[in-house]
Amino acid sequence: MKEFLEGSHAIAEVIKSCQPGVVSAYPITPQTHIVEDLAQMVSNGELKSQFVNVESEHSAASVVLGGSAAGVRVYTATSSQGLFYMQEVLFNIAGMRLPVVMTCANRAVSAPINIWNDQQDSISLRDSGWFQLYAENNQEAVDFHLIAYRLGEDKRVMLPVMVCMDGFILTHGMETVDIPEQEKVNKFLPAYKPLYKLDPENPISLGLLADPDYYMETRFVIQETMREAIGYLSGISKEFSDVFGRDYKDMLVEEYRLKDADKVIVAMGSVCGTIKEVVDEQRAKGKKVGLLRIISYRPFPYARIYEALKNIPKVAVLDKAVSLGAYAPVAADVKSLFFGKKKSPKVISSFVGGLGGRDITTETIHEVFRRLNAKEANFDFVDLKPELLKEEYGE
Amino acid sequence: MKEIRIHARAGQGAITTAALLGFSYFNEGKYPYAFPNFGAARMGAPMNAFVRVDSNPVRLRSQIYEPDYVIIVDPTLLRGYNCFSGLKEDGVAIINGKEDLELPKMKAKQSVFVVPANEIALRNIGRPLGNTALIGAFAAATGELKLDNLVEVVKKRFSGKAQEGNIKAVQEGFEFIQKGKK
Repeated sequence: MKEFLEGSHAIAEVIKSCQPGVVSAYPITPQTHIVEDLAQMVSNGELKSQFVNVESEHSAASVVLGGSAAGVRVYTATSSQGLFYMQEVLFNIAGMRLPVVMTCANRAVSAPINIWNDQQDSISLRDSGWFQLYAENNQEAVDFHLIAYRLGEDKRVMLPVMVCMDGFILTHGMETVDIPEQEKVNKFLPAYKPLYKLDPENPISLGLLADPDYYMETRFVIQETMREAIGYLSGISKEFSDVFGRDYKDMLVEEYRLKDADKVIVAMGSVCGTIKEVVDEQRAKGKKVGLLRIISYRPFPYARIYEALKNIPKVAVLDKAVSLGAYAPVAADVKSLFFGKKKSPKVISSFVGGLGGRDITTETIHEVFRRLNAKEANFDFVDLKPELLKEEYGE
Repeated sequence: MKEIRIHARAGQGAITTAALLGFSYFNEGKYPYAFPNFGAARMGAPMNAFVRVDSNPVRLRSQIYEPDYVIIVDPTLLRGYNCFSGLKEDGVAIINGKEDLELPKMKAKQSVFVVPANEIALRNIGRPLGNTALIGAFAAATGELKLDNLVEVVKKRFSGKAQEGNIKAVQEGFEFIQKGKK
């Protein structure tokens, strides 16, 4: 049913319909509303789940690890410093092949302290063995959680999934969302049946010591699963579309007015809505511009992006995160996939914007397209304030 | 597409105002996107809430710099802060304030409506939270939303005594502007 509601509340509603047996989280802005709502639902008896109050994100992640290992569907959500505090456990969850689903309400990281949106938090966790799906709007954020459970719990996969949604812009943004009906959710997402679980009747151990004779293979098989899952995503997406009528195609990327484009921006998340507005505006003036939106950041769909961009003359990658001392993260992935290939854009410029909530306006996007006329840029920051960069404490 | 920018201090209910306007547009078949921007994330700090509304789902995610309408919940923000920045040539401003409120010079086609929303709220709700009176005034001043629809939305949002008082506040805010227009 179509409702007008806050992004966080919409997520709580869809998680309720997924009926996790254990929910655990620690409050952190801008994620807090999600788990506040879930706690209320558990307290009201609307959601039959064990809600575990904890003293930190490290414990929240540990609780969902334990719950998943015991064979039940679990859920947690966090942001920023909270995600980082979970990090050790998150690698464990992936290593134990536990299909935990988490929402990352994307927020900048400290220091200096900043509660506003960018994507530094989840992007910094890109190597953890978690899938990462980035939503453009709240409908997608809702739908991707259903896809996340189906994907993670798929017997061919058995890995955790992080659904990333921009903090405030989506979590605190109210818009129209079609909340999936329970009946349809049940059809698309059957009850979780674990391959194996912690069970006193049939004891097993998880996360044991793997010495040099064994460790590398555990990493190899996750890498292989991630690679194979690129194909599974389109199958799951097709089933999703059959049940709910919303088609996310292969769930890897969205091509927006790419055909015949000579300038394309690559980006992830809610900023893509703003980019689409600018693309339409420029197209109306006869300019051949487009957008390639990455939905699945991990696994990174190299082949799919190659096909989408190989004939585009000029590409700009707009990152909302940095890898300090190196190329911006998404730009580095995009640039690397063209190395040694027959076809390639002539220019792949890299731009960093929107850090710590610096507003990305239509003017920012126009500027990125304009800068594609200049020579190739490596991690050019957009919308910097030069007046803040003046030397004040020097000689 | 129409864009509304609300100026308030954190804790004065600007997000509720944006939500109520959003709900009202939603009921009239539109696609609103209502969202906040916090300043210092402290009670009393200046903050904005926004509503962007269109007949199709809104994709634009930036803040609002050239609003069609501004709603000023706290008139003390008029001191040292340009609440009218970027207001469209024919834009409308609705300000919570008293009759003698000093206003800057507006452009020829812009209009300003001052409504004693706090007084209306105090009389009806017992607290100086002028948000519902302001959305009533907004509906009357702009013709964007129907009063009946606002009343329905307020009915859903509040319960008990607060419901009764807020419905009256919406109506009085609406009527105050209607009378002034005549």
